[in-house]
Amino acid sequence: MIGIIDYGSGNIQAIKNIYNRLNIPAEILSTPESLESAERLLLPGVGAFDATMNQLISSGLKDKLDELVLERKRKILGICVGMQILAQSSEEGHTPGLGWLAGRVKRFNVANFTQKPYLPHMGWNTVEIQRAHPIFDGIDHDMGFYFVHSYFFDAQNVDDILSLTHYGTEFASGVASGNVFGFQFHPEKSHSNGVRLLENFAKI
Amino acid sequence: MLTKRIIPCLDIKDGRTVKGVNFVQLRDAGDPVELAKVYSDEGADELVFLDITATVDKRKTLTDLVTKVAKAINIPFTVGGGISTVEDVKVLLGAGADKISINSAAVKNPQIINEMALEFGSQCVVVAIDTRNVDGIDFVHTHGGRKPTLLRTQAWAKEVADRGAGEILLTSMDNDGTKSGFANEITAEISAALSIPVIASGGAGNMSHFKDVFTFGKADAALAASIFHFKEIPIPDLKAYLAKEGISMRIQ
Repeated sequence: MIGIIDYGSGNIQAIKNIYNRLNIPAEILSTPESLESAERLLLPGVGAFDATMNQLISSGLKDKLDELVLERKRKILGICVGMQILAQSSEEGHTPGLGWLAGRVKRFNVANFTQKPYLPHMGWNTVEIQRAHPIFDGIDHDMGFYFVHSYFFDAQNVDDILSLTHYGTEFASGVASGNVFGFQFHPEKSHSNGVRLLENFAKI
Repeated sequence: MLTKRIIPCLDIKDGRTVKGVNFVQLRDAGDPVELAKVYSDEGADELVFLDITATVDKRKTLTDLVTKVAKAINIPFTVGGGISTVEDVKVLLGAGADKISINSAAVKNPQIINEMALEFGSQCVVVAIDTRNVDGIDFVHTHGGRKPTLLRTQAWAKEVADRGAGEILLTSMDNDGTKSGFANEITAEISAALSIPVIASGGAGNMSHFKDVFTFGKADAALAASIFHFKEIPIPDLKAYLAKEGISMRIQ
């Protein structure tokens, strides 16, 4: 079973709808104890970095996640802000991130942009694979994925970067290290590519 | 590379698609969920649902529709029509809409744009502007373009962006329904003046009109209804044509 972590962030039902259509067992989980039963975890995120972290901390989910992910090596996939909080810190706020991956979240510097629109980076963009990984099996890279964000994960370890995307600058649109995965785009809004990626996460 | 977006618009009345749809592969041409699924499978980048019933007692029908659409498709979609309060937005986003669009309510009470952007984020808030040129000056119109206001379109577009709108859906009432092409001049003027995306709407009649609005009109996205509903321009053909013409497109 895939546990979709609910800590008051949006877009959760969209992910569950996809797993329902794929006949892959998935449940929305909101308490630390309930996470135990999930073989894989999905960490969505919409909103500000600090608000997201504070929700995870106050609900007790952060401590449980540290245990499951760091000690018991449960696979986890962070989406959008759920990817950003894998980092150690963010320019958007003051609360430390989960710190499972080395790096810092930065705001796009629109001073470097030569074309509008500026922020947020919203719409369909392509991803360039940096390292082959089964999570990308069957993905049509030309079709791209749907993005909505103003901050990006500046990964410190090049080896952690799964894919790069260009928007004013090159940024990590996908990261992975061991059992920890993160994507800046929204697979739940990315039509067949997104469905395939969520299906792959259930199998790897 | 960020692509330009093609957005079919579905007009909804009492939970059904209106203005006519002619899709042979649909069992029920009036069912917005079926139509949404066809468009999303054909490569539409987003969808807009415009509720033209927009009376209070019919709102529940729209919410139910949003829930059904969210279950059936997984591309972003916007819902508009009669939305005026933060509570309206909360209900529709909660049901699965990605963005909401406001029009008359924003003109009546511009502060609502700030409130919605603060509560849900700018990326959820599309401000629709209906514009008509009167003796050489562009004025904002409300109530489906019927009611003129004293607002100059360019100034209003800047104001809604400053107040936190994430996108502008600009419909030219002069061009709408004419099939003579989008209003490229005013679209370009507004798009160049602002740092948020502009969705051009009104006037699409052939594929080159889309090319024109992305080049001369500097639009970030183009919206159309009847030419898609009646299959005059199939989305895959349109996107293949635009890609060939050098416009950045997502091809599926």
